[in-house]
Amino acid sequence: MSVEEVKIGVYVCHCGKNIAGVIDPRKIAEFASKLPGVVVARDYPYMCSEPGQALIEKDIRELRVNRVVVAACSPRMHEPTFQGVLARAGLNPYLLEMVNLREHVTWVHGDDPEAAEVKAKELVSAGVERVARLEPLETERIEVVQNALVIGGGIAGIRAALNLANAGFKVYLVEREPSIGGKMAKLDKTFPTLDCSQCILTPLMVDVANHSNISLYTYSEVESVEGSPGNFLVKIRLKPTYVDWSKCVGCGICIEKCPSRVPDEFDEGLRQRKAIYIQFPQAVPRKAVIDPDACFYLTKGVCRVCERVCPAGAIDFEQEPRYIELKVGTIIVAVGFDLYNPVKLYEYGYGRYKNVITGLQLERLSSAGGPTGGKIVRPSDRKIPKTVAIVLCAGSRDKAHLEYCCRIGCMAGLKHAYYIKTSIPDAKVFICYTDMRSFGKGYEEFYSRIRSMEDVYFVRGRPMEIFELPDGTLQMDVYDQNSNRMLKIEADLIVLEVGVVPPKGFEELRKKLKIPTSPEGWGLELHPKLKPVEITTDGIYLAGFIQGPKDIPDAVAHGGAAAAAAITFMSKGYIESEPYIAEVNEELCSGCGICVPMCPYDAISIVEREGRRIAKVDITKCKGCGACAGACPSGAMQQRHFKDSQLMPEIVALARGI
Amino acid sequence: MCSEFEPRIIVFACNWCSYAAVDLAGTSRMTYPPHIRIVRVMCSSRVTPEFVLKALAEGADAVLITGCHPGDCHYISGNYKTLRRYLLLKKTLDQMGLGDRVRLAWFSAAEGERFAQFIKEFVKDVRKLGPLSGGR
Repeated sequence: MSVEEVKIGVYVCHCGKNIAGVIDPRKIAEFASKLPGVVVARDYPYMCSEPGQALIEKDIRELRVNRVVVAACSPRMHEPTFQGVLARAGLNPYLLEMVNLREHVTWVHGDDPEAAEVKAKELVSAGVERVARLEPLETERIEVVQNALVIGGGIAGIRAALNLANAGFKVYLVEREPSIGGKMAKLDKTFPTLDCSQCILTPLMVDVANHSNISLYTYSEVESVEGSPGNFLVKIRLKPTYVDWSKCVGCGICIEKCPSRVPDEFDEGLRQRKAIYIQFPQAVPRKAVIDPDACFYLTKGVCRVCERVCPAGAIDFEQEPRYIELKVGTIIVAVGFDLYNPVKLYEYGYGRYKNVITGLQLERLSSAGGPTGGKIVRPSDRKIPKTVAIVLCAGSRDKAHLEYCCRIGCMAGLKHAYYIKTSIPDAKVFICYTDMRSFGKGYEEFYSRIRSMEDVYFVRGRPMEIFELPDGTLQMDVYDQNSNRMLKIEADLIVLEVGVVPPKGFEELRKKLKIPTSPEGWGLELHPKLKPVEITTDGIYLAGFIQGPKDIPDAVAHGGAAAAAAITFMSKGYIESEPYIAEVNEELCSGCGICVPMCPYDAISIVEREGRRIAKVDITKCKGCGACAGACPSGAMQQRHFKDSQLMPEIVALARGI
Repeated sequence: MCSEFEPRIIVFACNWCSYAAVDLAGTSRMTYPPHIRIVRVMCSSRVTPEFVLKALAEGADAVLITGCHPGDCHYISGNYKTLRRYLLLKKTLDQMGLGDRVRLAWFSAAEGERFAQFIKEFVKDVRKLGPLSGGR
């Protein structure tokens, strides 16, 4: 250890008025200048700006400052920034301590400036105690595997996979359904341009299937994830399809002959599919799958009709789940969303009244490939509806259900009015809205266009309750805030634009990947503005709806951004190893082994050294949690940068106060 | 002069969840009493009993250990180790009459509001307990 004299520089940031609006940074700097070991203390309006950084660099070079305290924002925000400053000035970047004056003091104690000032001084004082004892750390370069895993084959996952593959990276795309395509494949048209959804999506699906850099695993799920950023080891479970896809040509003869029928998920339950099925006509891959819960042979032991009729001999009832292991450098999570369960909106009668449907069901009714061949009818008697009510915010913006906006319902509702008016020109359409949110490019214009259509009525209010009349017609009362009147609407068909929730299974997946979530359950990005696809773990990125509600343009942009982040991470070729690893003081270690089971990564072993048992840390496995150091009874096991000798003085300073 | 007792509370926060929750409380401009002092560690499992005892011995009136929710630990299982260690420590502290002054709580990175609320309550509780050192 060097015996160089500790020379601390303290830099107090005003952060504009974020800090200086509550406390006086000059006073904090003045206080800091008198603390032991401090040779210089300065304040500056924006320490992270170019001149602010230059200030620190200059002091390191000219005043020989060898420890730096930056009292500014959270280390989670700018620690890397200031570590860079130290490195540029030739100082080891780990000789830095960030004191969090903004998030932990001025932003939360604006109501008590006096107490805030005392707290700021105490935090700076503790930071000075700690920084004096920090030691330079070295890291090693670890090679990054040049492959990516994309989980979810909806539009965001497809975009991310294609961008990665086009950039020259090998991509594994995993989708749990038999086909890729996601929710977008179910849509008839997309707002506001009214592009045919299939026409813009299916070519991309085909590109995915044909791309030499993409390996597609549909009907598959992520079983487990191990390893670390740059070197993830992922186990994929390929669910049994009971059809040998290398033989299946997708002719569909088996489907014709299959005697078992169940509601078709792809058509949102509006028609039946067989137990053996191809998910939809444009499916990629276009291969048959046997639903084991519906197949007569697999549930009751008799039938095997498909096996007899298959000209390719592809049916294989002996199939078991298969597992494959993939080594990847990065993982993109693009698992999309589910609709909120509309049955929970009891007053709207979904599930009890046949003619109350969801917007996604209307998409299927309007779609040429849908159950009615594109003819919009009401489900109860297949009659053409003459009056249709569209209810926006069904479950959204409602504290009893989902507090947040679904971000797609308003525009989808307008689009659905368009479907009805073009399919049934003499129909009357009522749109019950809360606020019309037409925020995107071309959205307001689309709203104006629908608004000017004949017999489309905009009602500002939410229906109180929906009742069914004996003939299946529906009745509802809604208070229209625009006209200040109670309206009684009789409708043949009511379309609910239902709210959105994280998809089924995300809770288990996010635990495997350690993805933090917001209270609503969506993936939590590292920073809403600056790091919209990153999460706390490097090398794992969110893409599309799973980070929070998005329409298609935003989901595609987000998927592209996630791919760019993954490419950036991989193309550097290496990452720095964990600096805050554990180390053993061999003199103190008695080889008791308490630390061994503490380590979640099996990085510690007990070895013989000169006739003594001592603990040894495998630095390639250590991830730097410090659990071993927390358990060591003798203090022999220490975590670099978080040693007892570094934390204790900080704790004492904070406990004593000034 | 009989002013209200202003407690001093040391809070250990893990880098990934609870420290982020404290940051979020700030970013969201929540307010809570200024009596807490945060010590950042990478994982709550780094917190040794000595840290807690030292804090109490040196002037803190209470200690709060925080980490990720069970199952969400960035290091797989660190928070379970923290929990086990905390329960053992608490037995000792109870015997010394200090059990109410040391708490363990989980905060996800998104629970800034919950953190602020928790601190309000905790400060209230510690006020009721009174100063540990008989007042400084």
